[in-house]
Amino acid sequence: MDEGASQQNALTRRDMIRRTAAVLTGTIAATSALATLAPTRAWALELQTLSQHDGETILAFGQTLYPHATLPTAVYAMLVKDLDVAAKDPATASLLRDGTASLDSAAGGNFAAATPAARLAAAKAIEKTAYFAKVRSTCITSLYNNELAFAHFGYQGASWPKGGYIHRGFNDLTWLPNPPAAASPTVGVL
Amino acid sequence: MAAIAHNDDTAVVIIGSGAGGGTLANELCQKGIKVVLLEAGKRESSQTFIQDEWESFNQLAWLDKRTTSGNWRVATDFPNLPAWTCKTVGGTTTHWAGASLRLQEHEFKALTNYGKLEGANLADWPIGLAELAPYYAKAEHKMGVTRTNGNPGLPGNNNFKVLYNGATKLGYTKCSTGHMAINSKFRDHRSSCLQMGFCFQGCKSGAKWSTLYTEIPLAEETGHLDLRPQSHVVQIETNAAGKATAVVYVDAAGKTQRQKARIVAVAANSIETPRLLLNSASNQFPDGLANSSGQVGRNYMRHLTASVYAVFDEPVHMWRGTTMAGIIQDEAALKPSRGFVGGYEMETISLGLPFMAAFINPGAWGSDFTAALDGYTNMAGMWIVGEDMPRETNRVTLNTAVKDQFGQPVPNVHYDDHANDLAMRAHAFQQGGNVYRAVGAKSVIETPPYPSTHNLGTARMSNDPKLGVVNKHGQTHDVKNLFISDGSQFTTSAAENPTLTIVTLAIRQADYIASAMSKQTV
Repeated sequence: MDEGASQQNALTRRDMIRRTAAVLTGTIAATSALATLAPTRAWALELQTLSQHDGETILAFGQTLYPHATLPTAVYAMLVKDLDVAAKDPATASLLRDGTASLDSAAGGNFAAATPAARLAAAKAIEKTAYFAKVRSTCITSLYNNELAFAHFGYQGASWPKGGYIHRGFNDLTWLPNPPAAASPTVGVL
Repeated sequence: MAAIAHNDDTAVVIIGSGAGGGTLANELCQKGIKVVLLEAGKRESSQTFIQDEWESFNQLAWLDKRTTSGNWRVATDFPNLPAWTCKTVGGTTTHWAGASLRLQEHEFKALTNYGKLEGANLADWPIGLAELAPYYAKAEHKMGVTRTNGNPGLPGNNNFKVLYNGATKLGYTKCSTGHMAINSKFRDHRSSCLQMGFCFQGCKSGAKWSTLYTEIPLAEETGHLDLRPQSHVVQIETNAAGKATAVVYVDAAGKTQRQKARIVAVAANSIETPRLLLNSASNQFPDGLANSSGQVGRNYMRHLTASVYAVFDEPVHMWRGTTMAGIIQDEAALKPSRGFVGGYEMETISLGLPFMAAFINPGAWGSDFTAALDGYTNMAGMWIVGEDMPRETNRVTLNTAVKDQFGQPVPNVHYDDHANDLAMRAHAFQQGGNVYRAVGAKSVIETPPYPSTHNLGTARMSNDPKLGVVNKHGQTHDVKNLFISDGSQFTTSAAENPTLTIVTLAIRQADYIASAMSKQTV
């Protein structure tokens, strides 16, 4: 293979990537609780099945359905990732594509670019659809069942590897008086 | 462990290894009686339990297809998941929180004490507290219940501190860390509680009592138990004399097996137990096995449940420590002046972030939902467990239009809330909210029922064969060598978490079965 042919191949591959791969990207704010958790603050999600526009629409839809002011976009990208996997099923892919169209239409053109108020109105307009149900129910597991969300909301996850909370604050609340020992025996007298 | 031949017709065959079946198996084995214990699920252990809510759910929960109907909200929120029970060795004792309360005397006589209620099928139990008391004592000893047998109470966690302070501000006087089948000190070869949380996901320290690592290994040590996990029973067979002769099940390899039996005891929880009886219909028993009363599957109860969560200005970290860390019992008394009969318990509860998102208000979205979760670390929570009304029309039936993986009709669970249930829930939401408002809650969230964990009543106990399925020993009126050994026996639900009573009835039933076997009356 000569050098020219190799360049040609490289160009072709780049061209292929440009044509087929949709990629969502973002940056976790330095102030976020998650900044120390991820290896880098920049994130990218390459989509396998969904188009760039489908991905951006679903991400915006997730933010509309479950708005948390400071939850990094990286967590909402989990929703896109999970639905991208689900879209390997042709019926689901079609449901999601049609859903993008219905959200765009309800938002007067481009849901992802619409104002928060317009997005909310569009979401309400399609609330009874199968697409809405699919994305909403996926949000519950995609947004709240991952390590980034645990860190953001302050949930500590599995405690067994750390010996439980017997010596790690199970009763460290100080803004109310301690109940008497008759109601709640102290640790260590057992 | 014994290996009992399929054609050996001298053993007691027990279906289900949870609180009822697992306990009955051990009690019989201790008396030298051979037992085949058939369990639909796999055998896990404290080592294999997973402290991840969704993964654990997929490991332990009974996820076979079911359908629902009726006006209860569960039918809308979880149309194919009416109950949160377990398919695993140890059954739902892997998942239960450990609250171990005796039923109250007046609750055994619900019809007498509450009077006739329109639309409710109230009845008195054929037994009372006095008759059960010695067996309750045995169960409490076996399970290591705190504040009995010299076992200290558990130390309360942060969630309990909030509950206790709110309760005392409201004037409640019966609030403590309660009676729990969780070791507060090393006992019975099991460690004391490490305050891990995740009680619902299987206890990884073994501090919480479960038949998985207490009754079942003890039974295995006797050499009389043949435990067969992944054995899903599809039918109970009878002979011309109307006696149960064998149990047909599908084994782990998908092969159909037939185990002969001297006695059959069904402890498959109150949805699968009536389903199995109905699926065992024959020419001789056209309406289902042991169903001459027509009561099999009826009077399905699931406790009046609801939860109250509240968000405070300061942190709580409610997930740290035992899930059911404490209880308020003041509302469990009978006070019809409140506008309803029966009573309810208020018990701390906590869900991890994943299940909080799934259950706090199923189907909801938008800023109210997210505001509640934004307050997650500052949240306290309680579960309300109250007596619900038995109704003939609340029932488990066969849905012949939908089949399971073995080609059998799935159970349909129909439930309509009774007016008494609605009045009690409204009262409990108000009082539960007041507990938290008394200590400064910023917001209070009223959470609807989860899929049912307390499934009761579908083979109810009655002295009268026309009014109930089993007698006061759990023996079916129609088939003398067929017993019901789970919460299906409950005549009424009472307000208390049912496991202690299920274990108590199983201990008592074992005495009865052993005596009947030795006298050759069964």
